Amino acid sequence: MAKTVIIDYGSGNLRSVAKAFEHASMEDVVVTNDPAELGSASHIVLPGVGAFADCKAGLEAVPGMIEALAEQVTQNKKPFLGICVGMQLVATRGLEHGETSGFNWISGDVVEIKPSDTSLKIPHMGWNALQFEQDAHPVLAGFEAGVHAYFVHSYHFAATNSDQVLAEVEYGGAVTAMIGRDNMIGTQFHPEKSQHFGLAFIENFLKWSGELT
Amino acid sequence: MLKTRIIPCLDVDNGRVVKGVNFVDLVDAGDPVEQAKIYDAAGADELTFLDITASSDDRETIFDVVARTAEQCFMPVTVGGGVRAVEDIRKLLLAGADKVAINTAAIHNPEFVKEAALKFGSQCIVVAVDAKRNQDRFEIFTHGGRKETGIEAISWAERMADYGAGEILLTSMDKDGTKSGFDIELTRAIADAVPIPVIASGGVGTLDHMVEGVTEGHASAVLAASIFHFGTYSIQETKEFMAAAGVAVRMDH
Repeated sequence: MAKTVIIDYGSGNLRSVAKAFEHASMEDVVVTNDPAELGSASHIVLPGVGAFADCKAGLEAVPGMIEALAEQVTQNKKPFLGICVGMQLVATRGLEHGETSGFNWISGDVVEIKPSDTSLKIPHMGWNALQFEQDAHPVLAGFEAGVHAYFVHSYHFAATNSDQVLAEVEYGGAVTAMIGRDNMIGTQFHPEKSQHFGLAFIENFLKWSGELT
Repeated sequence: MLKTRIIPCLDVDNGRVVKGVNFVDLVDAGDPVEQAKIYDAAGADELTFLDITASSDDRETIFDVVARTAEQCFMPVTVGGGVRAVEDIRKLLLAGADKVAINTAAIHNPEFVKEAALKFGSQCIVVAVDAKRNQDRFEIFTHGGRKETGIEAISWAERMADYGAGEILLTSMDKDGTKSGFDIELTRAIADAVPIPVIASGGVGTLDHMVEGVTEGHASAVLAASIFHFGTYSIQETKEFMAAAGVAVRMDH
């Protein structure tokens, strides 16, 4: 029995995320701040909106949550999806309003977007076309490069290892749209706000075992 | 590349749509959620609810509208109207709104925008700027364009961006309801002045107007109500027209 656990640590748009997962899944979707729930999860989702440091502090304020996440994701290899700031938190460091350490599951820094064309607006807000290699990842299976996803952010994940960048968008230079390593993926875009593509992406994630073959 | 957003707006009074698409197969055409579903299915890039409920006692109705929309529409939703306190923002976001538009409250207390952006993040704070020509400059007006504030609009928009607003929803009070097109001079002046995206609003009557808002007004997004409500144009037609005119829009959804 699949069970998706969405981590509640007081960050923004939980309801939208939960509703999208409920819509995409026939199985259990649990929104919780109880670290013990992660033990029985088949899939783990870490949402997040706002600033890196605030999200990190919010997560730290839930006793035992970061430890439980590390255990279930890095040791027990459960499929993990971080969304927006939830994705950024897996980086080594966040550089928004000072320096904040992340989980360091995927090496890299979360840095300000600096488009080469300075007339481009920040935040990068709206629908942008995803660029990725065919078969870049099991969760991207069935999608064509160029499909649009919804973004709203001013910082992005500058990964140390470019192999861990699974998708990008063009915005006065390449902006990281999706990262991944082993059983973990993260999206800068909001699948829960990306209409048909977003729901199909969530379905793919829920079907994913965490294996890369 | 990033696409220009097409945003239908629904005016909601006491939980009911004031002017809505009149489709025969709608169970309840006055239900904002039914209308939102139509726009979602049609591939609108975002949706804006403008709550025009007069009595603050009845303003609770918008939370229910937002919550029910979030259950069925998986697109970005902005809510404006009556956003006066941090608690209003929190309740709207928890109900499922992605962004809130602050209008009069920002004029009464500009620091409120700063506080809101710090607490919830710039990405969800939109400042609604209602501007009107007054002699040789643009000024901020309240109460649907009836009450002048003496605040110059361009520097106000710059200040709001500086205070942490993530976006400006700009409405020309001269043009609103006229169907004669956006105030291009106003739109361009503000879009070129601020580093954040600007949504152009007020005056759309034709699809050429939508194109002009982007190509001449430099807006990142265009918002319209009547042309969609009355079925004059569909979202799909609008996008096809804009694409043909050279504006990058999202055709898949």
